[in-house]
Amino acid sequence: MIEENVSLPRIHYLNSHYGWKSWLLTTDHKRIGLLYMVSITLMFFLGGFFALLIRLELLTPQADMFNADTYNKFFTLHGVILIFFFLVPSIPATLGNFLIPLMIGAKDVAFPKLNLLSWYIFVIGSLFTLWVVAVGGIDTGWTFYTPYSTTFANTHVIAATLGVFFTGFSSILTGLNFIVTIHKMRAPGLTWFRLPLFIWSLYATSIIQVLATPVLGITMVLVAVERFAKVGIFDPALGGDPILFQHMFWFYSHPAVYIMILPSLGVVSELISAFTWKRVFGYKFVAVSSLMIAIFSFIVWGHHMYVSSMSIYAGMLFSILSYLVAVPSAVKVFNWTATLYKGSVSYDTPMLYALGFIGLFTIGGLTGLFLASMGLDRHLHDTYFVIAHFHLIMVGGAVMGYFGGLHYWWPKMFGRMYPEWWGRLSALIVFVGFNLSFFPQFIIGYLGMPRRYHVYAPEFQVLNVMSTAGSSILGVGYLLPLVYFIWSLRYGKVAANPWKAKGLEWETASPPPPENFLEQPIVTEEAYNYPTRPAQPVKHGGKLTGGFAQPAGTAGKGREAEVV
Amino acid sequence: MMALTVSTAHFDRLVTAFRVPLFPEQASTHAPNVDALYFFMLAVCGGVSISIVLLILFFAVKYRRRTPDQLAEEAHVPIALEWAWIIIPSLFFMSFFGWGAWLYFQDAKAPQDALEIACTGRQWMWKFQHPDGQREINTLHVPVGKPVKLVMVSEDVIHSMFVPAFRIHMDVIPKRYTEVWFQATKPGTYHMFCSQYCGTEHANMIGSVIALEPHEYQTWLNGAATGSLALRGEALFNKLACNGCHTGDAEARGPYLPGLYGRNVQLTTGEVIVADENYIRESIIKPGVKIAAGYDNIMPGYDGQLTEEQIIELVAYIKHLGKKYDQFEPVAPPTAPAPRPAGQDPDQTLPIGNVRPSVPAEQVPTPTSPAATPAVPGSRPTSN
Amino acid sequence: MSNAHSPVAHHFYTIEQQKESATIGMWLFLATEILLFGALFTAYAVYRYKFPDAFMVASSRMDWKMGGLNTLFLIISSVTMVFAVSSAEKGRRGGLLGFLAATGFFGTLFLVVKYFEYMHHYHDHDVPGLNFQWTGAPELANGAQIFFFLYFFMTGLHALHMVVGLGLLIWIFLTAYWGKYSPEYYNPVEMFGLYWHFVDLVWIFLFPLLYLLGAHLPPGGGHH
Repeated sequence: MIEENVSLPRIHYLNSHYGWKSWLLTTDHKRIGLLYMVSITLMFFLGGFFALLIRLELLTPQADMFNADTYNKFFTLHGVILIFFFLVPSIPATLGNFLIPLMIGAKDVAFPKLNLLSWYIFVIGSLFTLWVVAVGGIDTGWTFYTPYSTTFANTHVIAATLGVFFTGFSSILTGLNFIVTIHKMRAPGLTWFRLPLFIWSLYATSIIQVLATPVLGITMVLVAVERFAKVGIFDPALGGDPILFQHMFWFYSHPAVYIMILPSLGVVSELISAFTWKRVFGYKFVAVSSLMIAIFSFIVWGHHMYVSSMSIYAGMLFSILSYLVAVPSAVKVFNWTATLYKGSVSYDTPMLYALGFIGLFTIGGLTGLFLASMGLDRHLHDTYFVIAHFHLIMVGGAVMGYFGGLHYWWPKMFGRMYPEWWGRLSALIVFVGFNLSFFPQFIIGYLGMPRRYHVYAPEFQVLNVMSTAGSSILGVGYLLPLVYFIWSLRYGKVAANPWKAKGLEWETASPPPPENFLEQPIVTEEAYNYPTRPAQPVKHGGKLTGGFAQPAGTAGKGREAEVV
Repeated sequence: MMALTVSTAHFDRLVTAFRVPLFPEQASTHAPNVDALYFFMLAVCGGVSISIVLLILFFAVKYRRRTPDQLAEEAHVPIALEWAWIIIPSLFFMSFFGWGAWLYFQDAKAPQDALEIACTGRQWMWKFQHPDGQREINTLHVPVGKPVKLVMVSEDVIHSMFVPAFRIHMDVIPKRYTEVWFQATKPGTYHMFCSQYCGTEHANMIGSVIALEPHEYQTWLNGAATGSLALRGEALFNKLACNGCHTGDAEARGPYLPGLYGRNVQLTTGEVIVADENYIRESIIKPGVKIAAGYDNIMPGYDGQLTEEQIIELVAYIKHLGKKYDQFEPVAPPTAPAPRPAGQDPDQTLPIGNVRPSVPAEQVPTPTSPAATPAVPGSRPTSN
Repeated sequence: MSNAHSPVAHHFYTIEQQKESATIGMWLFLATEILLFGALFTAYAVYRYKFPDAFMVASSRMDWKMGGLNTLFLIISSVTMVFAVSSAEKGRRGGLLGFLAATGFFGTLFLVVKYFEYMHHYHDHDVPGLNFQWTGAPELANGAQIFFFLYFFMTGLHALHMVVGLGLLIWIFLTAYWGKYSPEYYNPVEMFGLYWHFVDLVWIFLFPLLYLLGAHLPPGGGHH
């Protein structure tokens, strides 16, 4: 979509201050969001690089490129970096930081200095991890299962667990900040059920971050202490219980899956609405489903441990709860689909990501049902079926959502558009590459190929070759946006609200002024209040009227936001 | 000669590779039950996925924005739909849960009359002990048609016993016994994997379950195994009580044999040599000549006590102990041709490592058929 | 709206908004703290279930009198903290400074007693990973080591919170001395009070679980 006669505002958050100090000491949530974006992009490509090396090794059944030790380090670093240093912070710390105050009409998050502090803590955690990469890696798997991690591994476990510990505290502080912000910083008139669904999903995410992460933090410290001092807390040889570690680890790490996917669910709700010019169907159900997911996420961790000698009855409880957590996810998918009905569907890049997301998230979620079944998990546990399932959720879901969100809010962040054609191409390449990478893995998994094998039985080879081919396509799909996003910063067409989207964040200039809104906005309408045309066949469609589509213009109906 | 052998192996591999298996073999009583639930869920979930994707595509095309400023149409979708798509999926989910839990519950306890086999996992091998005392490493012989219960414990980290063809899976945990049981339904050789990441050689903590007809199992138990060289070698290995010292434990008096073949061995003299057939052979008949570093010269020599055939069987067994999948079997150094009796290639007739559940035996070109492998009399060792 | 002299930060509109934000933030922080300690209490429960006898015998080597004294110190310091907040609310600067000082005094006494306890355990070879030697029944050794590890880890983490709390207290004291607080704005004092009460509360759970479990046994079980 093309906007005419748009120019960049004279003063905005990017040019209001200059110099490295104005970035490294900033308390502006928008700049902190960008700091996170740069950091996690580095981690994303580092972790992705390890993924490609893993897939390259798996091209053949024998160990051609790397020996066992190297391969084990690669998949461990791949997991640690991408989960703790990319997926967990991804949407909340970048888009969330940038958008929450804008979307709720606030000048900043509730605790701006704490916000900057959490970025620094994240950087400290990242430095620990990068140090581990530099000095020789770690080979425990991202799950750090004891007693291997505490007693038997001879790699840099302590530094890696401390890295995770630090990034965990960064995550806690971010979540805490967001909850308070959403509670106390909303503009007058912005009631809970007028909030954008993205805010709801981040609110739910933040609850998990605040309540689950401390357990991981203390568990990581216990692993480090056990390894360092041999105190027996997780070492069976000294009376400790390695299964206790699994409980404590998954008490965080299952909810963590929802830390990764819930923000994406929120982004997709925004995208579906913005690219159909329509209110999200069943708004309240979608909003509440995020909270239900957050609540249920705390009581399903045991489904990772059906074959860890858990009692049958405990297993049954975890199994039935795991099925219940699937219901709110299904509700979201159905509501998105219903939103398309009679919408005005456009195919801009973010929408392509969103549509791809729905398909992949649906399949990822449904394959999770297989793993929640005790009878089936006995076969599928720790096979490539699991790998395929959670990559569908985390890569097909969380990463697609993140990319969709980046494309959607890119003009808001920088006031410029990326080249649309390249954007659509990248969305397509990512979708194709993703499917080719991970669908064969479902078959390999049911055939029985265990995860974390660098050598495998020859009959699995053809499917593995397909997967590797897909991963290289996926890699291209991820590199393209990196190139054209950077290009667009200077050469992109100036844009303010190219989507003619609704939402408080679009009511201010793009890029926004340092204080977001010059005067406190007052909200009198619910989210996504798009005008509609009567339900009759209309050849030439009603015109978009009202001020809401004016770029950086006057406030829309019922919103009195003064904009720079 | 050697080149030809290698190329047939390549051909063999290609044939295997392009028969892409899509579904694992069903070889236990659990397997059909698990698969039934799998197909039920696949049908329901597949149907739902396809419907949603088609519906999205349909809506996306039908309601596409035809003019740049076309508004969405007013739509009245009954809110009852919300409750419908909360309740109906929940019912399906509960059916998945019920079936899966029932399946698990049914098979949780082994039958009373199950044959109990002790299993010990350690980095990175499986050790089994049969009720009558027979020991095995990385191979498990079981009778078809009789429930078998594995009572498992780990010596170090957490491992996991996984036999895909049986659809069984259970973690093997240090200082705690776990159990899993199965009843094989057809004879054959099946993959056995460690599926819980357990350290560097995790991917090589693999083996085979060999399901035998009950009378064959009995024969095997009696140590009078016929069949492949390695099988006979294994029987001999146990009969000569080699396993008394070569236990595989860290504190064992004899070196660890799995994976020995083809590996570099440091000797007490500091010299490093490759453990080829000749070294293994020499170490059996004159063990004092080249002693692996860290071990004492305590093994009795078997010079003159074993026939050449028996030595060949033992060598074949030791080679087989370290062998993983057939792909990366080390090619014997050209200077030391493998001791292969004509028409009976131990590497190829070995049950382990040639696991191709999806390919019927007669379709695999094996070197035992004269057409595929020329006789190799010239390669038979005569000098040592 | 906001200027250099106003206690309202630039991104808030009213002092109430700022105060409520800080309050919610502090309660959320305490919730994460509960989960942090909660994981350790869970580990304690698991191992006490697994090693009931070892835990009891090992616990008898705690000096419950010193622990009890410390409990008393913390309760007193909590009471003085309540008075400190109350003084701040009423704008009594002198009372605020006095009660803060009393709180700090009893908090420091706690750490001093803790130091002597730790030294005593060190000399008794009770510190896992450093010099742990179990001279009691050998079958209790593993459980006892885990008990002592949990003892040092949990009380150590608690003591760390005390040290952080005392640092914050010095800062609150100084800002109070400089006259930053008024009946309209004494939020930091109140937030610090919440933190201090929480840290005390953790100790109230730690004390019976660690000290009183084996208090009925002759002291020094398994050692002398």
